[in-house]
Amino acid sequence: MTAPVVPQAAPSADFEAGARPRAASGNPVTRFISKTPVHVALIAICLVWMVPTIALLISSFREAQDVSSTGWWTAVSPPFDFTAENYERVLTTNNLGQSFVNSLFVTIPATVIPIMVAAFAAYAFAWMSFPGRDVLFLLIVGLLVVPLQSALIPILQLFVGLDINNTFLAIWLAHTGFGLPFAIYLLRNFFGALPREMFESAYIDGASPVTAFFRLALPTSVPALAALAIFQFMWVWNDLLIAFLYLGGTPDVAPLTVTIANMVGSLGQAQHLLTAAAFVSMALPLVVFFSLQRYFVRGILGGSVKG
Amino acid sequence: MDNRFVMAAIVLIGVPLVIVAYIVLTERALRLVRPNSRDRIRPWLWLLPALSFVSVFLIYPTVRTVILSFMDRRSENFIGVDNYVNFFGGSGAVQVLINNLLWIVFFTLLTVTFGLLIAVLADRVRYESVAKALIFLPMAISFVAAGIIWRFMFDLPAETGTLNAAIGTVGIGPQTWLLDWPRNSFMIIIAAAWIWTGFCMVILSAGLKGISTELLEAARMDGANEFQTFFRVTLPLLAPTVAVVTTTMIIFALKVFDLVYVMTGGRFDTDVLANRMFSEMFTRRDYGMAATVAVILLALIVPIMLFNIRRFREQEAIR
Repeated sequence: MTAPVVPQAAPSADFEAGARPRAASGNPVTRFISKTPVHVALIAICLVWMVPTIALLISSFREAQDVSSTGWWTAVSPPFDFTAENYERVLTTNNLGQSFVNSLFVTIPATVIPIMVAAFAAYAFAWMSFPGRDVLFLLIVGLLVVPLQSALIPILQLFVGLDINNTFLAIWLAHTGFGLPFAIYLLRNFFGALPREMFESAYIDGASPVTAFFRLALPTSVPALAALAIFQFMWVWNDLLIAFLYLGGTPDVAPLTVTIANMVGSLGQAQHLLTAAAFVSMALPLVVFFSLQRYFVRGILGGSVKG
Repeated sequence: MDNRFVMAAIVLIGVPLVIVAYIVLTERALRLVRPNSRDRIRPWLWLLPALSFVSVFLIYPTVRTVILSFMDRRSENFIGVDNYVNFFGGSGAVQVLINNLLWIVFFTLLTVTFGLLIAVLADRVRYESVAKALIFLPMAISFVAAGIIWRFMFDLPAETGTLNAAIGTVGIGPQTWLLDWPRNSFMIIIAAAWIWTGFCMVILSAGLKGISTELLEAARMDGANEFQTFFRVTLPLLAPTVAVVTTTMIIFALKVFDLVYVMTGGRFDTDVLANRMFSEMFTRRDYGMAATVAVILLALIVPIMLFNIRRFREQEAIR
């Protein structure tokens, strides 16, 4: 690259836009027009991406015979025949209310426990030196991609042997084990990117590693902890396989994914109920995601992407 | 019911309390030993809970699965490599492997390409965060719910099936999207790509932000157009990020289960390794064969695992 570095235009230079190298960055109208292909392409992609979700949302508020006879797109023109009856039915007769509570029982401990366990290990990997540290951490990096499938049967046999299969304890333990490699990896990278001087001066002041961990490492790593919490929450909430195996499908314990998967089997043609059920299961992850999304990118990447 | 709330409360307050108490108490205990042994013992105390979980729930079971794959359906007798012979000699094996290959190629291609395209486009507009949130939204949806959403899109009658209605407007008759292979596999792949493109986009977009604008301006000053700038400057600089995203997607493609299970249950030739394992485990109750399928899956992932480790070491060397 032979070109000289272009000096950054000062904010006030916006008035003299004509002097700047790119004609397109001139007046807002030309700029908008020159970007038209970008806007068209991006907006088109976004609209296509939203169609399935919108279809589901609209259908979930339509009457049963409307859903089976006409498309969801006909509902957006008058007469507006919307009803909340589908939601009422799935929450009461299809046991979805109970399943929602079960999902919470599964998800909250299965999110909190692995993050706590991982945080201490990640701190040890990042800021303590001990023989075998690198080899052990490479093992964790390797375990990141080990398919769950290769662990399922022995764990099932173990749980049956301990007589805890089909209990919440079993699924909490399983999710903690499966979630740990990613949690340790993410937190270790984030902790590792914190400034060394911060810890050194704390140690000089006589702080113990416990104090440094709770007073320095944790508070400065809120984005990473939040990102991890979102990830683990969504992963556990949306999981079908592990819930199916270690918790089972009986109504008193089945989480939403299992109940809805069973509904697909038993009432495959009752689209109006399935759409409402699907939306019930999506509601909480969407709230969690949108309320915590500002932490998301910062947390996952934690200074590891340097371009 | 009450009982359960009590249990949940105990777990939610108790477990963190126990873990914190463990760390604080071991630190107290460490004061009793000589200062230089303290620093040698402490890391192991901090690692102990995590390492025990990982050993019990990942390392031990993986080793045990390899052993089980050489045993019969009830894990009682050793039968050598019979399971492997039966798997590869069986009727479904080739189909399952071809499907996983289709997933690896097309799922990865779709998610990475669209993720990159959207990241690049969104980088140039003011409503970037809104556009990105919309694309990322499906990530919050379970595969079970996504399966319902997409069955709805692929519905047969043109009156209710979105896709058939859409092609109807250009004069093509309704199609059976989920019955004939390979079309049905492609349709499930498209549904999965709809979910995971957002993930690729987020990571790639962050990589994109890390590229210095001065470098891009310099290329443009030299007379490069937008496409040349993208392919000659942006893409090479983004290569490490693309590699991360691509390997993540390949691993996902190998492990895919839920969506296939919900949309076709592996019928109509759409079966994949993970779903095959599930049916061996539950429908046929053949643990030996299920373990064999798991080991095959693991074997396919090992090269990617080694690549991951190598890449990680290189990255650490730069640090």
